[in-house]
Amino acid sequence: MEKLAPLAVAGPFLIAALFAISMPLSRRRDDIVSIVTASAGVVFVGAMLIDVLSRDVPVVTWVGGWQPRAGVALGISMAFDPLSTSLALLAAVLVCAAFLFAWRYFATPGPIFHALMLVFGGAMAGFCLSGDLFNLFVFFELMSVTAYALTAYRSEESGPLQGALTFAVSNTVGAVFILFGIALLYARTGALNLAQIGVALAHGHADGLVVGAFAFLCIGFMVKAAVVPFHFWLADAYAVAPTPACVIFSGVMSDLGIYAIARVYWTMFDGPFHAHLETLRLVFLLFGGVTALWGAVLCLAQHHLKRLLAFVTISQIGMALIGVGLFSTEGIAAAALLIAADGLLRAGLFVAIGAVIHRTGSVNELRLYRLGRQVPRPLAAIFFAGALGLAGPPFLGAFSGKRVLEHAAIDVGHGWIIVVFVVAAILTAAAVLRAGGRVFLGWGAPAEDDPIPFGRPTGSEVERDDDEAEAETTGAPDTTPPVMIATAGALVAGGLAISLFPALVDKALDAAARFTDRAAYAAVVLHGAKLPLPDTPNLGVDALAILFGLLSVGGAVGIALAVLSPRHRVRELVPLRLRGPLRGTYWAVRRLHSGQAGDYVTWLSVGAATFGVLLAAATR
Amino acid sequence: MSFLPFAIAIWIFLVGLYGVVTSHHLVHLVICLSVVQSSTYLLLLGIGYRTNGAASIFVDIPPNTKAVDPVVKALTLTDVVVGAAVTALLLALAVQAQKRFGTLDPDELDPLRD
Amino acid sequence: MSAGEGPARRRDSEISFATRRRLFLVSGAVLAALMTWALAGMPAFGDYHGIYGLLLNRVAVPQEHATNVITAVNFDYRGFDTLGEEFILFAAVLGLALILRERRDEEEGPPDDDAVGRQVSGASVAVRLITVALVGPTVLLAGYIIAHGAITPGGGFQGGVIAATALLFVYLGGEYLALRRIRPLPLVEITKATGAAGFVLIGIAGLIWGVAFLDNWLPKGTPGDVFSAGTMQLLSVAVGFEITGGFVLILSEFLDQTIVLRRRRGARSG
Repeated sequence: MEKLAPLAVAGPFLIAALFAISMPLSRRRDDIVSIVTASAGVVFVGAMLIDVLSRDVPVVTWVGGWQPRAGVALGISMAFDPLSTSLALLAAVLVCAAFLFAWRYFATPGPIFHALMLVFGGAMAGFCLSGDLFNLFVFFELMSVTAYALTAYRSEESGPLQGALTFAVSNTVGAVFILFGIALLYARTGALNLAQIGVALAHGHADGLVVGAFAFLCIGFMVKAAVVPFHFWLADAYAVAPTPACVIFSGVMSDLGIYAIARVYWTMFDGPFHAHLETLRLVFLLFGGVTALWGAVLCLAQHHLKRLLAFVTISQIGMALIGVGLFSTEGIAAAALLIAADGLLRAGLFVAIGAVIHRTGSVNELRLYRLGRQVPRPLAAIFFAGALGLAGPPFLGAFSGKRVLEHAAIDVGHGWIIVVFVVAAILTAAAVLRAGGRVFLGWGAPAEDDPIPFGRPTGSEVERDDDEAEAETTGAPDTTPPVMIATAGALVAGGLAISLFPALVDKALDAAARFTDRAAYAAVVLHGAKLPLPDTPNLGVDALAILFGLLSVGGAVGIALAVLSPRHRVRELVPLRLRGPLRGTYWAVRRLHSGQAGDYVTWLSVGAATFGVLLAAATR
Repeated sequence: MSFLPFAIAIWIFLVGLYGVVTSHHLVHLVICLSVVQSSTYLLLLGIGYRTNGAASIFVDIPPNTKAVDPVVKALTLTDVVVGAAVTALLLALAVQAQKRFGTLDPDELDPLRD
Repeated sequence: MSAGEGPARRRDSEISFATRRRLFLVSGAVLAALMTWALAGMPAFGDYHGIYGLLLNRVAVPQEHATNVITAVNFDYRGFDTLGEEFILFAAVLGLALILRERRDEEEGPPDDDAVGRQVSGASVAVRLITVALVGPTVLLAGYIIAHGAITPGGGFQGGVIAATALLFVYLGGEYLALRRIRPLPLVEITKATGAAGFVLIGIAGLIWGVAFLDNWLPKGTPGDVFSAGTMQLLSVAVGFEITGGFVLILSEFLDQTIVLRRRRGARSG
């Protein structure tokens, strides 16, 4: 069975190539072929996941049949463990959802769109399942290039052009950092296989080369994941990319960067860095916390719905990074649960927004005031359900992830970070709820009383947003296609359901235990041997978790209502003396997102330098 | 002396990055980006070099001759193709910018703003 | 060059250009220090002892009967990487075609940036003769490089690029417009896609044959022969097709932009 594994990657590639040959095929056939291929991908990866779960060790396959010789890898391995296979499954599901959505959304996508999406899907599968460092890089670049191309889908507008440009420039610099890291590791260990490098590094100590390699690899992956201050490109790109592509970008692509950091650490660097975990945690918690808060604060005043969700994505990436940055089994499990639940919810929200754009031709919240009523009721319900799920009410949505994260944080003595991610969750959910309230319920009239105390866009900006939206779709039709509602509903339901099953938390903990066991991974990859699995704790739902869940939801709903209310309550809460400076800082931070590639790369360098110095200090 | 190739790789990386940051012309920016990418070629090939080693092609030399590392050469080849692909895509964006907006200054392109 | 929508000027950013440069110089210096510290731990230049490279140098020829170990690494040991790399170019060409495809408000026409009344002479006879004469040998050389990828320096990538430069010779000789009228664009796209698909199919053939994906299952012949090294040669040809098609497409899209596509006068801009 595992011999067929490379087909998860090669299958979509083949169909994509065939798409490019058969250019004049009809539109309908294009859609059917894509949806069928994507569904086949879901079924295939799902079968692999079931297979992996039934065994105790990761499933390893060597592409080209190159078995390792005496612990030296000759070829490229693909390793299926529950976590990576689940992530690959998430990616496959989202590609399928994106195709279903695009079927009714686009006017004339052409075969190029389908081909690019299929290659993108295959690349993500390859990235999740790869066991070789350079292979990881190749699929990273493949994902990136297809993403640049998809973002530039309507490059005759200035927004997509600039978005694609900063996306490409930022991520390419990130990729160069990754290559530096790979080169350093290759020089030290003479190997490219993750397990083999781990074995070679395990007995050394963390000198400049090892620390530098880890730093550069993390910097590159953090650019992809859009951790602050490497995140500037994401807000621009996700706002202008075609919505079906955004479903995948936001739902899983950004999370892959966080996954890669975890993968790289736990297969290779755990040996030399094990003594420095305490200080390493501080560095990663800093970056994760800042990212979570930055995204949360900035999404509150976005009126462009896609850009709002882009900042929600950034904030939740911060939370996932906090999970990974706790460097414990529970932390990884928490990050996995958060990625799954939040990813599905964000994807569902994007589909819902896409349906609104499709129906009304507008993507700006203020312009859409009350226009959302044209959209069928179920869609509004799905939107609100998704927004609530982001906050993590008890037993729904992000709840499981958050409660495991709370446990993990307390267990390593960093309980303070709980405040950070609860606040971030509240703010992001509030922003989405507010948008929903305005669009679907007609609350919070925007005209004279702007409830957002810090300003609003001018009329011309609102109009330009809508031009962008209209060009993408089939004009403003009378009905919303049921397949869009169904897709959004399925995604949101899936995201909410993640927390309904306590067994899922146990499974996540087991998977995380396997993920963080470097020696077992190396044994099975290089020698086919099996090492026993460590025990994992049993995390029941406790009162504190329920309290935090209720607090998150309550806070989110409360803030949304306050902001939507017709009186200037929010403005009056802020003491007069602070209003000026607060407004000044807030606008300064917003204007940092200048849209200029040079600025973004500068912040990238500043972030890289800071991260490198902190890491060097942490591992001294 | 033995650190020189690596020092040059670092220098090329930073100089290229400086060019990207301070660029006023999209084509210049793209070329600087490819300069940044080329620093990795130098780094990789520098790692795999063996003093007095031949190229790892054994068609006219006996198979056990001392040869340089073939793996980094293959990696660099892959890297070059990737770099070419990204450069092509970015240049297409540059052409589009000139055509549609009459400007090639990356700081003048207007993003979607809220 | 076509005009923009009026004077575009550098938009205000939160940080000025001078601040940006200063920020970068400081962080660049820190990065330089970090990188130097990291690279200081590397083995000395010329002192290579990596297991992977040494092992492959020793076993590639007897195992795979390929005298060009680099090609063996690219198309056999690490063929999965090459699959990804090939599709990176594939995706980039698709993206480029997406960006530069002819829009509704554009039309073909002769270049109009020559001054009115100026006599433009084409390429001189000598240039035309030499460039056209070189097209044939270039394509032949490309074929040779691709076919001998596993033996001597070369392979699908190198040969494919050489083949694509034949188009540049045509352009230099001033014959591009003439070629364009007869250029079979679908044929080029089919070539590229066939190459890409071909690579995957050869890999899958390995699965059907009962061994692994991208396994080198063909008979390996003797080293130094053109028909040696098993599937490597086939993969090299597939990649050659793909790269040729891809680069010809890239070059022709760009050349189209400079020579042919002009925005319709008075069309809505932006």
